[in-house]
Amino acid sequence: MAGKNLFEKVWNRHKVRTLPSGQDQLFIGLHLIHEVTSPQAFGMLKDKNLTVRYPSRTFATADHIIPTDVISRPLADPLAEKMLKALEISTQEYGIQYFGPESGKQGVIHVVGPEKGLTQPGMTIACGDSHTATHGAFGSIAFGVGTSQVRDILATQTMAISKPKVRRITVNGTMPEGVGAKDLILAIIGRLGVNGGLGYAYEYAGEAIKALGMEERMTLCNMSIEGGARAGYVNPDQITYDWLKGRPYIKNYESMIEYAEEIKSDSDALFDDEVVFNASELKPMVTWGINPGQVVAVDETLPVVESLPEEERETALRAYDYMGFAENEKILGKKIDVVFIGSCTNGRLTDLREAAEIARGGKVAENVTALVVPGSQEVAIAAEKEGLDKIFKEAGFQWRLAGCSMCLAMNSDKLQGRQISASTSNRNFIGRQGSPTGRTLLVSPSMAAAAALAGEIVDIRKTEAVS
Amino acid sequence: MSVLIKEFSGKGITVHGNDIDTDRIIPARFMKCVTFKGLGVYAFNDERVDDNGKSKGHSFDDSKFQSHPVLISNANFGCGSSREHAPQALKDWGIRTLLCESYAEIFAGNCSSLGMPAVTLSKSDIKQLQSLVENAPEIEISINIETMKVKAGVSEWTASMSDAYRNALLDGSWDSTSVLSQAYSEIDRVAGELPYI
Repeated sequence: MAGKNLFEKVWNRHKVRTLPSGQDQLFIGLHLIHEVTSPQAFGMLKDKNLTVRYPSRTFATADHIIPTDVISRPLADPLAEKMLKALEISTQEYGIQYFGPESGKQGVIHVVGPEKGLTQPGMTIACGDSHTATHGAFGSIAFGVGTSQVRDILATQTMAISKPKVRRITVNGTMPEGVGAKDLILAIIGRLGVNGGLGYAYEYAGEAIKALGMEERMTLCNMSIEGGARAGYVNPDQITYDWLKGRPYIKNYESMIEYAEEIKSDSDALFDDEVVFNASELKPMVTWGINPGQVVAVDETLPVVESLPEEERETALRAYDYMGFAENEKILGKKIDVVFIGSCTNGRLTDLREAAEIARGGKVAENVTALVVPGSQEVAIAAEKEGLDKIFKEAGFQWRLAGCSMCLAMNSDKLQGRQISASTSNRNFIGRQGSPTGRTLLVSPSMAAAAALAGEIVDIRKTEAVS
Repeated sequence: MSVLIKEFSGKGITVHGNDIDTDRIIPARFMKCVTFKGLGVYAFNDERVDDNGKSKGHSFDDSKFQSHPVLISNANFGCGSSREHAPQALKDWGIRTLLCESYAEIFAGNCSSLGMPAVTLSKSDIKQLQSLVENAPEIEISINIETMKVKAGVSEWTASMSDAYRNALLDGSWDSTSVLSQAYSEIDRVAGELPYI
């Protein structure tokens, strides 16, 4: 009999029953909440006269609306204050652990969960945020959900969900210098399309994936949703265990490993689909359009609409119109106004190190505003200990407080008018970074830092910083 | 037990384009709220007005489509952010049913949770329906979830949707909390057998 993959094993251990609709009722081992998608869920609980069934399995922080310049209460934005207050009241009322700005443990929920050791192999994890897929880096299966599901999980610790198929994405070879996990996931989305993962969870496997550190695995899994896949994961290994060792919520390290080894994909596991990539062919990637699949390698020219598959042409035309770019143009040398380094995709310590390595000794170009926003207060402290904040500040970058910031611009960090950003975040959607006409080029942390210094998109492989 | 949703009929409103993401349906800055009530006025906000507050002529502002509850759009509708604010904003504006070529997964799940049918038609059928509605905005469209037939005037199309979402509408289990909470003892058993927390 053929072996099982991790997804199947974890799903089966958490399945409560098959519902009459045909969906499964799935137990959620870890539930993460934040201030934007949970207040309405608590409201619904009250309307239905229900309570929180397993409060010790839900953890909260505040990230989306948090200001990154100065936090003093009440927050300057009264609507943001109202949302923060609502989360504080609900978590207190139901006995839910909350990592607020005053705790020294606050940050972007997908940075906080792993760094506290809440995220562990073999868990089912849900959060009212599409980038929950991040936690799959640890060999858990993690889903972004809507507010009605947040309500269901609070009330029952379960949700109704159809079991997706599993596609293995095998990445062979070694990644070249100057190329990282961000480039890999952008290349994957570029090839498979923004809805290529519909109905699938992704298992990332192969030599190049095994060589990635945990932060890079998180970057990779984080953007699974941008390729249409609800979840993405990497099988746990020694790199996973070493990273988690000693973190506050790891109660029993040995039994965690024992369980992780049990739920790993078997060597003869079957998959519903397989795709193979070669890492050695990868280059730094830059998006040029209005979704993350509209992406080219830094030395390529922008695509000719007629040469694209028919179903992509309409969006491509719209993208050219919105971005003000033209077919056959080079992405190299595109002038930028703003640089944003941070987010649940690229706001961790190794991301900041990578960017600081480029920024060291340089100067941010005139007319460019460059923001570095650590993913959590803990990341900020660790970075400051290494002196990364000084490197950034000396080079003319702004060193900010932890939060989601300009990834989706729910605080005051926003693009103005038609500004173009080079951003380490995950979405280049129309209006995403706070200006309804603002434009976003998604890149890796080193490419973003290099763009800040040059004032335009440059090829990181050709700058001196790559040794 | 909640309401069973077997059929729906009403007038149509068209929005053109593939990959219409939830940031476009409801920009993040309008999510500063602790309730979903009143989000409808911000539906498609940045597609409707420019930086100076001037109308761009979006169908949601077109007098001939006002209060029409059947939204007809194209492929990969609702991609991107998981924000339930998106279908909630559409619902608050007055949309009750969606007809598209395809939907992003989380968005389709969110629609199901609201008891809002998100029905799929082929690309050519959508195109035909869009031009039909634009030429005759008052035409009544009926959607039968049991037979998966969509009718407008003399035309009839065969629709599809995932069995799970379809069954949930038909048996009322789209209002999931009550169904899920019928299994507390099984939930506690699964929790007790987990090797963590």
